[in-house]
Amino acid sequence: MQDECLLQMRNIEKRFPGVLALNGVDFTLRKGEIHALMGENGAGKSTLIKILTGVYRMDGGSISIEGSPINIHSPQDAQNKGISTVYQEITLCPNLSVAENMFIGREKGVWVDQKTNEKRADEILERLGIPARGAKQLGNCSLAVQQMVAIARAVDMKCKVLILDEPTSSLDDKEVKMLFDLMRDLKAKGVGIIFVTHFLEQVYEVSDRITVLRNGELVGEYLTEELPQVQLVAKMIGKDLDELNTLGEAGEDGKTRSEEVYYEAKGLSSSEALPFDFSIRKGEVNGFTGLLGSGRSESVRAIFGADKVNGGKVKIKGEPVKITRPIEAMKHGIGYLAEDRKRDGIIAELSVRENIILALQVMNGFFKPISRRESEAFADEYIKVLNIKTASRETPVGSLSGGNQQKVILARWLLTHPDYLILDEPTRGIDIGTKLEIQKLVLKLAEDGVSVTFISSEIEEMLRTCSRLIVMRDRHIVGELTGKDLNQSQVMKTIAGGEAS
Amino acid sequence: MKKNGNDKVIKAKVKREPLTETQLLMTITICIFVVMYVLAMIVFEGGFLHAQQIFDMLNDNASLIIVSCGLTIVMIGGGIDISVGAVTSLVVMSCVLYLNNGGNIFVAVLLALGIGLAFGLIQGALISYLEIQPFIVTLAGLFFARGFTTILSINPQKVAQPAFVKLLDFRFEIGWLGYTAKNGTKIPATMEIGVIVAFVCVAAIFVLLQFTRLGRNFYAIGGNQTSALMLGINVKMTRFLSYVISGLLSGISGFVLMLHTGAGNATNAAGMEMNAIASSIIGGTLLTGGVGNVIGTFFGGMTLNTIKKIVVASGLNDPWWQSITTGGMLCFFILLQSIVLGRRARKKQKN
Repeated sequence: MQDECLLQMRNIEKRFPGVLALNGVDFTLRKGEIHALMGENGAGKSTLIKILTGVYRMDGGSISIEGSPINIHSPQDAQNKGISTVYQEITLCPNLSVAENMFIGREKGVWVDQKTNEKRADEILERLGIPARGAKQLGNCSLAVQQMVAIARAVDMKCKVLILDEPTSSLDDKEVKMLFDLMRDLKAKGVGIIFVTHFLEQVYEVSDRITVLRNGELVGEYLTEELPQVQLVAKMIGKDLDELNTLGEAGEDGKTRSEEVYYEAKGLSSSEALPFDFSIRKGEVNGFTGLLGSGRSESVRAIFGADKVNGGKVKIKGEPVKITRPIEAMKHGIGYLAEDRKRDGIIAELSVRENIILALQVMNGFFKPISRRESEAFADEYIKVLNIKTASRETPVGSLSGGNQQKVILARWLLTHPDYLILDEPTRGIDIGTKLEIQKLVLKLAEDGVSVTFISSEIEEMLRTCSRLIVMRDRHIVGELTGKDLNQSQVMKTIAGGEAS
Repeated sequence: MKKNGNDKVIKAKVKREPLTETQLLMTITICIFVVMYVLAMIVFEGGFLHAQQIFDMLNDNASLIIVSCGLTIVMIGGGIDISVGAVTSLVVMSCVLYLNNGGNIFVAVLLALGIGLAFGLIQGALISYLEIQPFIVTLAGLFFARGFTTILSINPQKVAQPAFVKLLDFRFEIGWLGYTAKNGTKIPATMEIGVIVAFVCVAAIFVLLQFTRLGRNFYAIGGNQTSALMLGINVKMTRFLSYVISGLLSGISGFVLMLHTGAGNATNAAGMEMNAIASSIIGGTLLTGGVGNVIGTFFGGMTLNTIKKIVVASGLNDPWWQSITTGGMLCFFILLQSIVLGRRARKKQKN
């Protein structure tokens, strides 16, 4: 395994206020290899990439290219040193021609010679087998071709290290294949490629080596062919398979209390989610699980009508209904606690009281305001029930801790007395005590007949609360686990897919 | 023979690329202008049949065309500059007063350029380097320039300097484009100096936008600012320069306007910024940036003026009819643009 080392990152450390984002991480890229960088959310892979591309400065460690140590000051500097990045979102100008996009920002002098540039671009594109012409306006090319033009630019800049950050997430299968062909081609030419993706199958299709990060630490570097998929998942999530097997049947049955189906969807799809079937009984707690990007959030967002719903039949209590917008979902008794509470949840400048009554106010409509006295009573009640730690009900929510912010949003939905509550990562980034409180609350709600869909990255949490787990991979539902199957190793096997053993 | 064959092969291989948005919108504007003008010639005859009609439009609007060019650059870069009219007015007033106090014409030109440049530099710096909203900055510039014009003189001031008056009265006479009046005298078509300046500006900005690195960078920052940054373009500097050029053109526009009116007035060039924005938009510049061209802007301005002339020829002499038709025109073009671009986007999606 003594291939030629291209890029060496040693002992990389990066600190953010209060967090050690990277703790002594090593990463090695060899000439002519495709190296997948894997890890769940918060594992530190994007931090590592950003250090490599000069967006962040590292707090400790060293980087060397072809044996000579380098310092990277800016994205521009990184490119000059042979490190190019192609991001998930196309970072080219759609209003310019393909050729201009390949050469702009790199030329010297006052004048631009479009004809010569277009000819040069055509040559490069032809050599790389990219189906585009230099004179064509970039915006008229497909996304895959645009991505390839970005790669062609990088290649022409004599990049040694090419970072592909989630390049395939907006491409269809055919386009992915085109991209992979190009990647293999570049690999043969000696370029080292760092491939960041959340599609496991793609990792196995194209990569030679895998480096796994978890919680800002290096888990290990493996040859792709020597690391079964289920092991990879275990390493990403942080449980060794042996340990998992001994855990045995942790999940207990009998959490279901009613046979009445509350919500049922057939072939529901949205702009973000592929068609899926789903149902939940009254008083049932179920969960969506899968790796980040597997489509679990997108699916529940479709249930709530948060994204543009494209199709599917939905029944609530047996009655066919149409839910295309959140307000319609709310009127049918569905509440949704969004994944990103900073963006989709709290309004930081408003007080605890105002945040709590928000959803109820929306449901009542603007012409039936909730009186001040009423809203104060509601706020006080839920501050007490949920044990929200706040100076007063008029304190701006933004000044509360993460856990208490989460409780405020929970209070908001509980106040609307939902029949069905969707909680997307309600426990992310909050302390363990509050986590347990929220889990208890979920179980209590279910006892009272509320259906709950619970999503969490922590599988133990899901096993503790859910009586049924829906497993997703690569935007498809790949399994449903109940009863005896509700245990860590079974969940991971299902996440990893059939070929694992 | 052999050579011929090769040519054919190449021709077959080089499939014509579809028009870019810029080209498409510009073509639409030019076509509409031509159609409108020909219709006016058929329906109204009279003045429209004489070349002088076109020269009148050019004479009256040379300064508008010049500021529109500057605005087009700013808008291509994704910004806006609403100070251009007020700066033009300030330049006129300053130069008139300077000339009347025994100033030299060449120094007056420098003064005009200097005032425009100063506004461009300051506004550009505030917008690019302090990252203040361009609308706010140039609105402040507008008030500032208007106020300063009034301070200089609240009363209209006529240029009395003999050398300048000579320049003012100077006309290029183009005999073969003239016409014969009823009494048999030949009346040549006349064109002011300002028109030549306007044409030079349009040509220069066209070359700048089309063939220079800086020009293409304007398109890049307007197309996608983050991308432009990642592509290694100095976004701040580029944006700064767009406002500097716009300011400079406002200065030139001021001098040209003075050559046209020969007088300074606090209400000079009132509403010119809005007409310039309208010209740019009709000419196919998108307010969202990244798309546009000065040739289009030139025809945009001409279209706007033709419609005004048509309104007058229809006997609707009250000034509000011109405003109403301008508004209608603008709506029509924006609708047309969004329909054309929307259809394009949908077609692309299908592919």
